[in-house]
Amino acid sequence: MLMVFMLTILSIVTFLLFNAVPTDPARLTCGKTCSPATIEANRIRLGLDQPLITQYLEWIKGIFAGRTYGSGTATFNCDAPCLGYSFRNGEQVTDMIVTSLPVTIYLALGAFVLWMVGGISTGIYAARKKGKWQDRAIMGVTLVGYSLPVFFIGILMLIFVVVRWNILPYPSYVGPNVDTLQFLQTMILPWISLAILYAAYYTRLTRSQMLDTMSEDYIRTARAKGLPEKIVLRKHALRAGLTPIVTSAGLDLAGLLGGAVITEYIFGLPGLGRLAIGAVTEYDLPTITATTLVAATFVIVANIVVDLLYAAIDPRVRLQ
Amino acid sequence: MSETDEVLLSVRNLYVEFATDDGLVSAVNDLSYDLKRGKTLAIVGESGSGKSVSSMALMGLVAGMNAKVSGEVYFDGQQLIGADPESVRKLRGDRMAMIFQDPLSSLHPFFRIGDQLVEAVQVHHDIDKKQAQVRVKAMLERVGIPDVDQRMNEYPHQLSGGMRQRVMIGMSLINNPELLIADEPTTALDVTVQAQILELLKDLQKEFGTAIILITHDLGVVADMADEVVVMYGGSAVEHAPVREIFYEPAMPYTWGLIASIPQISAKNAHLDPIPGNPPSLINLPSGCVFAPRCAFKQLVGDDLCEHERPQLSLISLEHASRCHLTENQRTDIRRARLIGRQK
Amino acid sequence: MTQVSPILKVSNLVKHFPITSGGIFQRTTGAVKAVDGISLEVFPGETLGLVGESGCGKSTAGRTVLRLLEPTSGSIEFEGQNLIKVSKRELVFMRREMQMIFQDPYSSLNPRATVGDIISAPFQVQGVKPVGGLRSAVGDLMERVGLNPEHFNRYPNEFSGGQRQRIGIARAIALQPKLIVCDEPVSALDVSIQAQILNLLAEIQKDFGIAYVFVAHDLSVVRHISDRVAVMYLGQIMESAPSELLYTEPLHPYTHALLSAIPIPDPDLERNRERIILSGDLPSPSNPPAGCVFNTRCWKAEDKCRSERPVLREISMGHQVACHFPEQNLIETISVAPTGTDFIA
Repeated sequence: MLMVFMLTILSIVTFLLFNAVPTDPARLTCGKTCSPATIEANRIRLGLDQPLITQYLEWIKGIFAGRTYGSGTATFNCDAPCLGYSFRNGEQVTDMIVTSLPVTIYLALGAFVLWMVGGISTGIYAARKKGKWQDRAIMGVTLVGYSLPVFFIGILMLIFVVVRWNILPYPSYVGPNVDTLQFLQTMILPWISLAILYAAYYTRLTRSQMLDTMSEDYIRTARAKGLPEKIVLRKHALRAGLTPIVTSAGLDLAGLLGGAVITEYIFGLPGLGRLAIGAVTEYDLPTITATTLVAATFVIVANIVVDLLYAAIDPRVRLQ
Repeated sequence: MSETDEVLLSVRNLYVEFATDDGLVSAVNDLSYDLKRGKTLAIVGESGSGKSVSSMALMGLVAGMNAKVSGEVYFDGQQLIGADPESVRKLRGDRMAMIFQDPLSSLHPFFRIGDQLVEAVQVHHDIDKKQAQVRVKAMLERVGIPDVDQRMNEYPHQLSGGMRQRVMIGMSLINNPELLIADEPTTALDVTVQAQILELLKDLQKEFGTAIILITHDLGVVADMADEVVVMYGGSAVEHAPVREIFYEPAMPYTWGLIASIPQISAKNAHLDPIPGNPPSLINLPSGCVFAPRCAFKQLVGDDLCEHERPQLSLISLEHASRCHLTENQRTDIRRARLIGRQK
Repeated sequence: MTQVSPILKVSNLVKHFPITSGGIFQRTTGAVKAVDGISLEVFPGETLGLVGESGCGKSTAGRTVLRLLEPTSGSIEFEGQNLIKVSKRELVFMRREMQMIFQDPYSSLNPRATVGDIISAPFQVQGVKPVGGLRSAVGDLMERVGLNPEHFNRYPNEFSGGQRQRIGIARAIALQPKLIVCDEPVSALDVSIQAQILNLLAEIQKDFGIAYVFVAHDLSVVRHISDRVAVMYLGQIMESAPSELLYTEPLHPYTHALLSAIPIPDPDLERNRERIILSGDLPSPSNPPAGCVFNTRCWKAEDKCRSERPVLREISMGHQVACHFPEQNLIETISVAPTGTDFIA
């Protein structure tokens, strides 16, 4: 219910943002040598002569039921979910997204697993060694990792691992079903460079959460019961400190699923982020609108998933 | 098996110090006492007196708090201070257990009641979950939880304050410990619920023969529960005696002040006699008697002795020790003049 | 003392907190009946103790009486003026006469303001220019409550709990109010400090003739300081009487049980008395029992108690009770327990 409401608002805002801009969308449908007649014809074909509200409703209808552009003999069908037609690429936007989305999903999920495992376990370790040299070393390293921009890490890895040391071939994306080895060789560096950045943040977050919960009364109870320190930490303290970590994780993952723009660009991955960047530089309005809508949908869905996870973690939320 | 006169716990010259940013905090200074099996020792004092810290220290629960613990603690003959942490851990929750002031924050908010007790059983006994649950159920019924089957599947926040403390008591006694440390067990509860919990503790003690260290600031609770009383001030025991002697023949000005400053429920006292000043900072303890700065009787001692020399905890009768420079005659006179304790 | 009119007269005061559910479009699904129709009077210079266990509504009542919380219904007359009818602006002006002291001296003082700022705030808020200047007025107040006036520029965290409560008291008496609501003013303090603050409150009352509404859960403290005491349970007043009468001859079974539950700091007396142990817990204030709210835990409850809510009625001079079957002839309550209850010898 809330989700439908949010998505409706979102679609209106996105639509207005890109379709009510002072540029003429019809002018953008063909190249420099375009005659005014072609522009006007395209305008009518795409329904751009209609009032904005009609255009919006047509667009929404396209997403759910598909739509037909033009009239008479010069029509073409766009099946649901139809996100528009990109003149620049001569392709339906939906098809473009369907090809690029899996790349982004592979990238985001791989990095996510790496950083969650790495960040949380390092964070717990640092909390256990609080104040000792191990803790201070971890804090120092994560501060550096956290402050390095992703393009810096990415380019650095590319230069050393691929160009200098020739450990890996130059990244060239193929689907995992086509050539699994090449897929992994391509993805490993982007995974690591994304994960370093996030792992640093999650290490610090986990550590501070653990230290907060370690001073709670129920941790004292757990120790008074005679539980080994390992169980006190991993079962009692981590469970209690998990909520903010889950929140961050959900939103970070959603953000990446909307397109890890810089990483995709550096490593030449044909994902959603690169699609969006390309669309922006080429003024490809239908594609910009569609990628924005997809990215924002991920964020909204992630928020709802995070809320559900809250309830799964904390019975006090569940039973209200 | 356990003889009533057998000493279960023997604390000798216990010191606990914490390194903080402001300096070294001497939380416990030279604390010694014995606790016999099945008996109740009340440790009375205000916040910062060291009453909680001393008990946490003997359970090995101040580790990781930058604490330095020294002295000797013998539990059934086994020295705990400086012992292998693993061997102390195995005693915790099994032969010695602890309950705390606030049962809501002391139970884990995310785990079911039943599971938290089952965990307490399984950490010390190699039995499966089913068997553990049977034991847990019996214990929860014993401590007066209604609808146990349902309650075991609930979370702490779904229970009332009194029920939560019953759960805590059940959890602490589930392995039938010989020693229970109860740290302000009823302070967070309402009086009618406090009465229920104190009654329950007394019954369970009789049934299981548990020795109890009762940490409290409430002299009413002490009068109800204790066999022996240690009064703590500024990290030290300032008086130690059987319960009746503490109330009827108190021997130390701080104890007098404590008794005189509580409003009575049974009669209206016209004016309270508060102890002037504030409790000492534990960072720079006075070199003399820790209570001297607030003591109204130090002039009687003369030579500024109270300011310069810390009195020893010394016996004034067979079972009664106090840490004070006043002579027996001076104490008797003051008690008579000020109507302290029971007048003969 | 003929016919002194009360400084505060509260009639049928009700404060319900709505329980809502739903996300953006919230619906009210019920109400926590924190205060459910209480009436009380406070006379100039006296102390009315308001006691009860947690969740009985005593703190809410204390705040609502000063209109720090908006009452759901009822009337509050302060010096003959209906507080509920006055505008916000008039209310600010009237606050000069009515102040509050809070329980937690750690969180109720702004940590970034100096003691001087905190105590002079009432003068500035009300635009009052004290004779002899602000600085000296604040100094006098600090001295009055036992603080060193030279500590004018210190911050609250440099003071102990007892001293902070003194700061709170100085702030409350700055404008010489006629009424102060003290909400658990000593329950966060150690016993030796508690006695200092109780004595200070008593002295100030004597000097300035301030009336107190003293909200507390500790019946011994309330007995010590109060002239009259009202006992609350689940948002209602169960019994109200002059302090001595209430403690020696309680008429309501709940009062009786409450008094009997308090351990006495005297081992012989404590161990040889009979004690009423109430069974069960406080019912939820969002769903109080029908009839008398105490009937679920009362050993005397009969059918009438489960169907008909008893009204607060006067049994003897100044002694009111809301019970169908009040206790009788209880001279030495502490040691006498009624028959038919679960008591322990």
